Amino acid sequence: MIELYFGFMNTYLIVVIALALCSILALIRIIRGPTAPDRVVGVDTINTIVIVAMVAFGAAFKEVIYIDVAIVYALLSFISTLFIAKYLEGGEF
Amino acid sequence: MIFDIIIYVFLGIGIFFNLLAGIGLLRFPDVYTRLHAGTKCTTFGSIFLIGSVIIIGLKMWWEKDANGSVLAIHSAIALIAILLTNPAGAHAIARAAHRSGVKPARAVVDDLEGKHEGGDK
Repeated sequence: MIELYFGFMNTYLIVVIALALCSILALIRIIRGPTAPDRVVGVDTINTIVIVAMVAFGAAFKEVIYIDVAIVYALLSFISTLFIAKYLEGGEF
Repeated sequence: MIFDIIIYVFLGIGIFFNLLAGIGLLRFPDVYTRLHAGTKCTTFGSIFLIGSVIIIGLKMWWEKDANGSVLAIHSAIALIAILLTNPAGAHAIARAAHRSGVKPARAVVDDLEGKHEGGDK
């Protein structure tokens, strides 16, 4: 059954490379960002792109464990984003 | 095959919107407009990219491969996690940016000016 879908493997690897180019564009914004919220926006965008790239990588190699890693990464990056936003507000926790 | 055409169209739409997110993140002048580009475009693109993986899993499941159902269900859970957490995170970032004193670029009227000084912290 894997041989039947072997054509999609190279397709999803090309998808992963294109997503890496998107994350490089966001990384330029992190380096050049004038204020701290600009950098947080870039980090949040890179988090979402990395989640999608993990799912595409799991689809390329037919490994479900990569998609489980993507779920855990989504929830942890959400918590870290909320924590950084709470830090930028400057109030008490 | 019709499924292959649907999968390639979904991959094209997803990569196009993710590239638009990167370009908008570089081109927009402001925190709030950058947040608009970087959150909504990646959410819309990830719907289509993970949707193509779900379609592949459902097709494998239809052809009596037991790994296909696991692939589809776990990808759907990852998509639900993105759809729930991404708007909430973007809202938190925008709220923190406005409270830390970042003004919108070329804005004439700011309706939230001085609204949350002693507010619900």
